[in-house]
Amino acid sequence: MSALVTDVRHGEYADSIVLMQLQAALAREPGVEDAAVVMATPANLDLLAESGLLTDEAAAARPDDLAIVVKGASRETALSALARVGELMRRRGEADDADFRPRTLRSAERLLPDAGWVLVSVPGRYAGGVAREALALGRHVFLYSDNVPLEEEVELKRRGAERGLLVMGPDCGTAIVGGVGLGFANRVRRGPIGVVGASGTGIQAITTRIDALGGGISQAIGTGGRDLSAEVGGATARQALDLLARDPETEVVVLVSKPPAPEVAVDLLAAARRTGKPVVVQLFGWVPPARRQGNLLFAAGTSDAAALAVAAAADSGATGADPASGRPAGKRRFLRALLAGGTLAYETQIGLRAAAAPLRSNVPIAGSLPLEDLGRSVGHTVLDLGADELTVGRAHPMIDPDLRLRRLRQEADDPEAAFLLLDVVLGEGAHPDPAAALAPAVERIVAAGGPEVVAGLVGAPGDRQQIEEQMERLRAAGTTVFDDFAAALGWLADRLTPEPTPVERPVSLDSLRPPLAALNVGLELFYDSLVDQGARAVQVEWRPPAGGDERLAAILRRLQEDE
Amino acid sequence: MSIDEANRAALERMTSARPVLAGVGVAGEAIPGLQGRMLLHAGPPIEWERMSGPLKGAVIGAALLEGWAGDDQEAAELAASGGIELAPCHHHGAVGPMAGVTSPSMAVYVVENQEGGNRAYSNLNEGYGKVLRYGAYAPDVLDRLRFLNLEMAPLLGEALEQTGGIDLRALIAEALHMGDEGHNRNKAGSLLFLKQLAPAIARVAGDREIARRVLAFLGDNALAVLNPVMAACKVMADAAHGVERSTLVTAMARNGTDFGIRVSGLGDEWFTAPAATPDGLYFSGFTAADANPDIGDSTITETAGIGAFAMAAAPAIVSFVSGTPKDALHSTLEMYDITVGEHPHFTIPPLDFRGTPVGIDIRKVVELGVTPRVNTGIAHREPGVGQVGAGLVRPPKEIFERALVAFADLPAR
Repeated sequence: MSALVTDVRHGEYADSIVLMQLQAALAREPGVEDAAVVMATPANLDLLAESGLLTDEAAAARPDDLAIVVKGASRETALSALARVGELMRRRGEADDADFRPRTLRSAERLLPDAGWVLVSVPGRYAGGVAREALALGRHVFLYSDNVPLEEEVELKRRGAERGLLVMGPDCGTAIVGGVGLGFANRVRRGPIGVVGASGTGIQAITTRIDALGGGISQAIGTGGRDLSAEVGGATARQALDLLARDPETEVVVLVSKPPAPEVAVDLLAAARRTGKPVVVQLFGWVPPARRQGNLLFAAGTSDAAALAVAAAADSGATGADPASGRPAGKRRFLRALLAGGTLAYETQIGLRAAAAPLRSNVPIAGSLPLEDLGRSVGHTVLDLGADELTVGRAHPMIDPDLRLRRLRQEADDPEAAFLLLDVVLGEGAHPDPAAALAPAVERIVAAGGPEVVAGLVGAPGDRQQIEEQMERLRAAGTTVFDDFAAALGWLADRLTPEPTPVERPVSLDSLRPPLAALNVGLELFYDSLVDQGARAVQVEWRPPAGGDERLAAILRRLQEDE
Repeated sequence: MSIDEANRAALERMTSARPVLAGVGVAGEAIPGLQGRMLLHAGPPIEWERMSGPLKGAVIGAALLEGWAGDDQEAAELAASGGIELAPCHHHGAVGPMAGVTSPSMAVYVVENQEGGNRAYSNLNEGYGKVLRYGAYAPDVLDRLRFLNLEMAPLLGEALEQTGGIDLRALIAEALHMGDEGHNRNKAGSLLFLKQLAPAIARVAGDREIARRVLAFLGDNALAVLNPVMAACKVMADAAHGVERSTLVTAMARNGTDFGIRVSGLGDEWFTAPAATPDGLYFSGFTAADANPDIGDSTITETAGIGAFAMAAAPAIVSFVSGTPKDALHSTLEMYDITVGEHPHFTIPPLDFRGTPVGIDIRKVVELGVTPRVNTGIAHREPGVGQVGAGLVRPPKEIFERALVAFADLPAR
């Protein structure tokens, strides 16, 4: 037997919408057949009458009374539902605290105007468009997405460079900015070591190792795996090095990447030299020229890189020679190495790869170009004069200096030649007095104002040619002499390192300053991670344009292009 | 002119329009083209057979009011046989809530744009309960219409003449700061309306009893100002219509069967699809099964940047959008994604007086898949029962997609 119960609350006003919601909640209570929650106006009482809910108490209420009528399966169920009114009204107060998620970057930007960074992790075919929009809004981009076409990357980085904005990626997994990890970063200690990395896991391996060794990270800037390719030209790495050079919190820099294009490596390491800070270089698949060249410290793996960086940070101030001094000026800018030793020809190519590119040789190693015409040097050229094709029908140059002397004169006459590198190999079986053969030629070159002649000797004090006398004779003729061939290469590397490509527009140091604020487009876990680290963030609820409808998306693009 | 430039121009016309309630007239005299046995209705064009219950009921009621038929049977036959010409309010510069039926002898508000000179019209609000706009046509419904048309309208007309007109743009702006959003909540605006009219009514009233009834009727009706506000929005939206290359929406309207939109740069064409049933809260004794599909011209408010677009200003009715003030904020914030500007006159206190999102761009709607939000009353599907609830509805996505395709097919400039 159904029962009606009534609660009239005098002078209690609530908006009709609130009342409707309460009524709906009451109707959902167990055993409730119907319910009405109304202000007791005549019109509302008519409604109650039509629904069969007009009790005597309700009928007696005044228009400014709140009338609650519950029809229950029994009087007990109706009363117990009525007893829940207070709780049901209170439940409304528990606001859903989720933050608003706009659908566009433009709206997100309005919500968090000081967001300096946009994280993009939408599918690759859409990522370029989102990144472009972020750049147009003046934001740095952390581009996690992969499968972004190479030409799109080049274009994005061109725009970024123009505006002084970083484009980290595409396929950038990790970065640490102002102490906040972006993407897949580790929670490492803050400290004086800045990292520039093309590889996300490389950055993670090195930063965690630095942390384990007691060091700390100032910034870690990702560049994306293709940044050091010839097409992209190290656009982001160059900006990052420039930024870390100026960052007062960064004392030591670590540069980690997959194998670079040779010219890009030279340009980037030239920039690294200009930072005036120790730069630990770990380029996987790229044989380092030495353990150290100027301020560049070449590492053997991530663990070694971390150890070198931590040690360098502890020993601040040791930065090495400024390559700008002694750099050849004017047209004379190329090296011509005229070597008797085949292995030394290889070592020369390795030892100068951080400073000069492209290198050409008749015995090219990976990364060098073959010299097409053996009789004519082009650019930086390393000649192994003892190679088979040059010694047919004559003695090896270690015995017979004639071939090398003729080539020396030929190179001296080339107005583009800056340095002529010779190896002078002493010992049993070698020419009895190579200095006597070379010195007159060097004197003529010096007298004519030709290129600088550099000689690296390979000999021991016990050799019959008398190494000290050989060196003195060559030095007197005007040769720059080293008793260690590798030291000659280091000296040359300092001088051949070119002027790096300038940074078009420096990235503002403020971009690195906490507190970090970012807009996240794509993977929600990145947003959660930012918020969890105390950064301010807005999640953009991104969807493919026109819900992925290709025909409509094409129309939208066409209308866009009409603009 | 690029699309963006065209949209900026259209938006500028919409937001700089200054609608003033100039007076009250008789529909058949004031509204251009409304003559003979002709009725205006809400939404895009529709023939009698496809009309929903509330609209059919309102057509019958208007025919009875005009004396074109002796009873409802005869009125329905007359309408079915083509004996009554039916046209959308929008085709005649008019708008009406719910069924929106406006017949020649009805009184209408006349709203004029002080900037562009264009005019719009709207009938007088009947209050709550059994009313023509929900398809009721019982004798007391018609009696109330006679009171509105014959007693209230002349008095309002004289009073408005006294005041020199009411600046509706200023009234809406003030009401938004008093908890209205201008569509489902017009409590504050209606009181502002009454405040402005009351002294003038007191001055011009010849019959104290009529004046008392009019003042009481206006005061009891928290929707009293809805109709002038809708006409004001129509004036603003019309000012933005007809801008070549503009993708701005200049009309959204429903007839209880179809939801239709018009686009500034696409002439008079309607893009329509079946109207959805609103998602909302129901009065006691009613459920979603009783609801009619979405109906009424009141979506002109959202078109002009108020209504659901100004939801953040109206925390008192947040339960429409699931219940918290934060949801109300989110409702407005979402609309910034699909609009091209922020209203210079209509601002929202909880958003630090940011302008309401205004100027719906069909490109953005299609690109993001976000359709405009609409706050609405819900009509019973049977004629004459009345309002059964209130809630939220969105137009069908495909009408924006079709409009975009039509826009793309326009001949090249």
